[in-house]
Amino acid sequence: MPQIEIDGIPVEVEHGISIIEAADKLGIPIPRFCYHKKLSVAANCRMCLVQVEKFAKPLPACATPVSDGMKIFTRSKAAVEAQKSVMEFLLINHPLDCPICDQGGECDLQDLAVAYGSTKSRYTEEKRVVVNKNIGPLIATDMTRCIQCTRCVRFLKEVGGLMELGMINRTEHAEITAYIGKSVESELSGNIIDLCPVGALTSKPFRYSARGWELERRPAIAPHDGLGSHIEVHVKNGRVMRVVPREKESINECWLSDRDRFSYEGVNSPDRLTKPLLRRGDQWVETDWQSALEFAASRIKDTIARHGPDQIGMLISPHSTMEEGFLLKKIAKGIGCGNIDHRLRRSDYRLDGNFQGTPWLGCNLTDINQLDRILLIGSILRNEHPLLAHRFRCAVKYNEAELSLINPLGQDFLAPVAHKVITSPDGMVEMLLQVLKAVSTLERRLLCLCLPPALTRVMETVEVSETARAIAASLAGYGKTYDLISPRVGVFLGNLAQHHPRYAELYTLAEAIASLNGAVFGVLSETNNRVGLNLARAMPRRGALNARTMLEQPRKTYVLFNVEPEFDCHNGKMAADAMAAAECVIALTSYKSEALRDADVLLPIAPFTETSGTYTSMEGRVQSFAAANRPLGECRPGWKVLRVLGNLLGLEGFDYESSEQVKDEVFEGEAPSKVVWNRLNNNLRVLFDIEIRPPSMKLQRIGDIPLYQTDGTVRRAPSLQAAGKNCIGYVSMNGKDIQSAGLKPGTLVRVSQGGESVELPLRQDDRLASGCARVPLGPSTARLGDLFGEIRVEAIR
Amino acid sequence: MNEVCFRTRHLPNPASLETYRSIGGYETLKRLVTEKVPAAEIINQVKLSGLRGRGGAGFPTGLKWSFMPRYYDGPKYVICNTDEGEPGTFKDRDIIRYNPHQVIEGMAIAAYAMGARVGYNYIHGEIWAEYLAFERALDEARAAGFLGEHLFGTDFSFDIYAHHGYGAYICGEETALIESIEGKKGQPRFKPPFPASYGLYGRPTNVNNTESYASIPYILQYGGQAFQDLGVPGSGGTKIFSVSGHVEKPGNYEIGMGTPFPKLLELAGGVWKGRKLKAVIPGGSSTAVVPGEIMMQCTMDYDSIAKVGGSSLGAGSVIVMDETTDMVQVLNRLSYFYYEESCGQCTPCREGTGWLWRVVRRIAQGKGRPEDLDLLLDVSNNISGRTICALGDAAATPVISFIKHFRPEFEYYIQHGRSMVTG
Ligand SMILES: Cc1cc2nc3c(=O)[nH]c(=O)nc-3n(C[C@H](O)[C@H](O)[C@H](O)COP(=O)(O)O)c2cc1C
Ligand code: SF4
Ligand code: FES
Repeated sequence: MPQIEIDGIPVEVEHGISIIEAADKLGIPIPRFCYHKKLSVAANCRMCLVQVEKFAKPLPACATPVSDGMKIFTRSKAAVEAQKSVMEFLLINHPLDCPICDQGGECDLQDLAVAYGSTKSRYTEEKRVVVNKNIGPLIATDMTRCIQCTRCVRFLKEVGGLMELGMINRTEHAEITAYIGKSVESELSGNIIDLCPVGALTSKPFRYSARGWELERRPAIAPHDGLGSHIEVHVKNGRVMRVVPREKESINECWLSDRDRFSYEGVNSPDRLTKPLLRRGDQWVETDWQSALEFAASRIKDTIARHGPDQIGMLISPHSTMEEGFLLKKIAKGIGCGNIDHRLRRSDYRLDGNFQGTPWLGCNLTDINQLDRILLIGSILRNEHPLLAHRFRCAVKYNEAELSLINPLGQDFLAPVAHKVITSPDGMVEMLLQVLKAVSTLERRLLCLCLPPALTRVMETVEVSETARAIAASLAGYGKTYDLISPRVGVFLGNLAQHHPRYAELYTLAEAIASLNGAVFGVLSETNNRVGLNLARAMPRRGALNARTMLEQPRKTYVLFNVEPEFDCHNGKMAADAMAAAECVIALTSYKSEALRDADVLLPIAPFTETSGTYTSMEGRVQSFAAANRPLGECRPGWKVLRVLGNLLGLEGFDYESSEQVKDEVFEGEAPSKVVWNRLNNNLRVLFDIEIRPPSMKLQRIGDIPLYQTDGTVRRAPSLQAAGKNCIGYVSMNGKDIQSAGLKPGTLVRVSQGGESVELPLRQDDRLASGCARVPLGPSTARLGDLFGEIRVEAIR
Repeated sequence: MNEVCFRTRHLPNPASLETYRSIGGYETLKRLVTEKVPAAEIINQVKLSGLRGRGGAGFPTGLKWSFMPRYYDGPKYVICNTDEGEPGTFKDRDIIRYNPHQVIEGMAIAAYAMGARVGYNYIHGEIWAEYLAFERALDEARAAGFLGEHLFGTDFSFDIYAHHGYGAYICGEETALIESIEGKKGQPRFKPPFPASYGLYGRPTNVNNTESYASIPYILQYGGQAFQDLGVPGSGGTKIFSVSGHVEKPGNYEIGMGTPFPKLLELAGGVWKGRKLKAVIPGGSSTAVVPGEIMMQCTMDYDSIAKVGGSSLGAGSVIVMDETTDMVQVLNRLSYFYYEESCGQCTPCREGTGWLWRVVRRIAQGKGRPEDLDLLLDVSNNISGRTICALGDAAATPVISFIKHFRPEFEYYIQHGRSMVTG
């Protein structure tokens, strides 16, 4: 290891690292703009120039590797002179409009200018002006402030996966811009706001609303996908002003998805419910907590008395905290009701009772980067878990992993995909069966695993396609240029797979394929806390009704915990009808919602920013957090409301004083990590019997959940809605199907399902399986039927 | 005169394959390849020849070739730099116009010596006719079996692609050139790594100037020593000097290194209209200006131009200025060039070149201020040595040298608002 000296301090450093990395490790500050530890080295700003013994010229610390015996001076006269001259150059064309710049107070240029700049400019010529660009609803641009460090360009290309920004023109006309007429559409775009060292790229929603130093900064956990990203919620006068990532290398590194960054806008939406409301005829009337809760409790007791506890159904949002899930379950149990579920968008529950434990990712997030072979089944990964998609891309790019995808629709993965299968929902089952068969005929299989005879028999009925064989070979380690003797393999089921009507079969086959390959087998967590709510057992008791059957067999009374039935359930129509028919609907909710029109009482509960609680991420990381902000109006943290409700129902053991007490009970006084270790398990008790179905002749709906339709908070964030407006409100089919149905792309068509119909523009999408129509969830389509199911698309006469 | 790169120029149809073969063209390549002459021996001859890079930096070519990894699993490339875009340069264009086959043979020998199978010639975007002519020469060479698979029945294969740029000066910088061939924006890369370890498509790559490659067949035909003997110690061989400006007969003159400048001036017909010599830029616009009387004492080789002239031989682009020249306006024009041509990537060059030009322009417009000259020197020094590529230095050098040698002219402009020379 090279021995070097920085500013007189001798150190031994890793071979091959740069001077700036060595200095950062020692805590010696070297000024910089273009360098970022997560991006490639551009060495263009020249701010990091340092003096190195034996070199006549100053060298850029970010691009100069250390070598043995190197003597580096970061603060010598020569170094500081070079740094100051660069600072002068950076400032001559900078507008120096700090008083009206959002970056003021948290600006690298401002900070370093204080240290290295002069109070008076020697530049008296005309200054450059750069036209601002409209790159979409999330990022504001003030391009005259740009110092051409290209961090944003490099981020979008290297991490975002698509080069959506670039530097055009030469000399001082050089400017950062998007493609002509395009905006930046990356689901990770907000990170360039953090990366921009000046005020050229700032947050549009946050613009001109607060100064950095006025904000209180509270740590929190991101609420929308299964990663459990670390965030910081910035609050001013009781209002969330913005959300930024906290660095957590093993989870979100230093990034954040746009959904987790901008969803706070939903929390500030005018829809927020701030007072309990009671229905009086057609009217909502405000009431106090006491009356509202007593009303709710009396209706529950009344239902029990008149129809029995089984006539109550409880649906809880899979975004809820473990404490909330646990307490609702405790109430259900207390009143003798088994009907509670958080798996609202699931349609296939045939595996219930067959799991050995709580399904999870099967490995750590960081393990993903190290995989050699990946099979991802039923996932629109960039929408489902944007930063997990980044890890998969890293595996492909830096670990030369081969990725195979099996999906009913295509999404550009922004990294090379070795094998891509796009087929109907039934076709997915058949394809997995083929892959399983191909795997089991390869010599490299693990012989110790015996497949049950039923499975072997079905396998015999399918013919293995070329693609299935290729996927099997890839998983076994065979490669284009070289073979791997013992590849690290991962087989994963995505969110879409979990909503799939034959999830049980997908799961069984995926598990079998994984075990034959000695692979990691994982299930992505549909939401931030699917794993946590499973651990908290917010699920039906054996034999009781699940989220689907609770709607198929309508109940007299429903308790909804942050659920907008038609948006959040697998079958919007069925959910809406069940609510309309119910005698009583008790909704605990953060938002007023048209989807709660049939409720009888609305109890305002805190969204993620205003409650303490615990989430368990898909890798089984248990993360508790405090409330970042005080509850708005009279709204209360969900756990407190449930505690009072429990008391009003006369149940034992509802005298918690803090959410920590609830958490302790969730984990039965054990260390969370121990509980998680014991309970996370993806194995089935017995493999499920697969049936082969003849291909359906009916058109099948593919009802995906768009990036910004996941939950009520996101759906109320105006900027995200603007960014995602093209991803909803349409039906798409592939060109051949459109033609054979006699339809025309670009026209309005009638889409009908389960007795409901809407008119939607028809798009052609040749990356869609034939026999399928993609109708994403959205405001206009929420009240259609099953996300996956028969659907009709017809011309409008 | 015209002994090496221009050796077909006096013959009819100088660019044709036939003409080139009539002087023994491609025989050297054939001999080296069929006799399987070891690479090390070829590189030794190039070292012995004293050939230094003709693209401007004057780096010893043989040494450069020896940096290419000998054992490398994967493709390697040789690239010829015909991007010639610096004010004052126009020799490479004449080489591919009059003697393209010698460049091709030179590249093939280089490829053989360095283990490349593919070469590129990057040709300046504004010399379209020459680009087409070079493509024709490549076709001729392919048809005659001097390019392609299994040359002369051996296992050595080599082909060249001509690639034309779009006229950006910066694409002459070797790593910007590589980026440009890769289809990216022509912006220099930070070095190290140098092209020999990380070049085109990330592979080991050797970049040489057109004139450098064109000298190779001669060196291997007659031996390194013979080439060295055409010049002087430290500057082997002949060199093409592109003489422009205030002379009677501007043009390219290929003469031995070490030729006295007055001799070269005489070849070019002397200063025009019988006027007196005022100043010379000896190596292209990026080299320091030299006052006439000093220049008259120089010989045309690397050492003399550096030591006596305080400048550098650069690409041998000699810009001659007579006594009526307004040096402030000349600098104004040169500074504008560098301001326009900076790639805009690194801070000192992007910001500094514009600053320099605007101040020089202000002086030239009669709006100069007393503090401007020190400011110009300061800004120039702040650019020099702090940039990614040498364009920053190239922009600073004229400013520093013009002020150094012709300060009174600048001061006159500042005081009187007009030129001391032209009034
Ligand atoms: C701004 C700039 C422009 C350059 N333009 C050219 C050019 O037009 N032709 C050329 O041969 N070399 C040019 N060079 C030098 C090349 O980078 C490189 O050193 C040269 O091609 C190497 O060949 P040689 O060793 O044979 O001279 C330029 C360098 C810089 C910094
Ligand atoms: S010195 Fe100028 S031309 Fe060279 S990389 Fe920097 S900005 Fe580009
Ligand atoms: S930080 Fe090193 S050049 Fe920008």
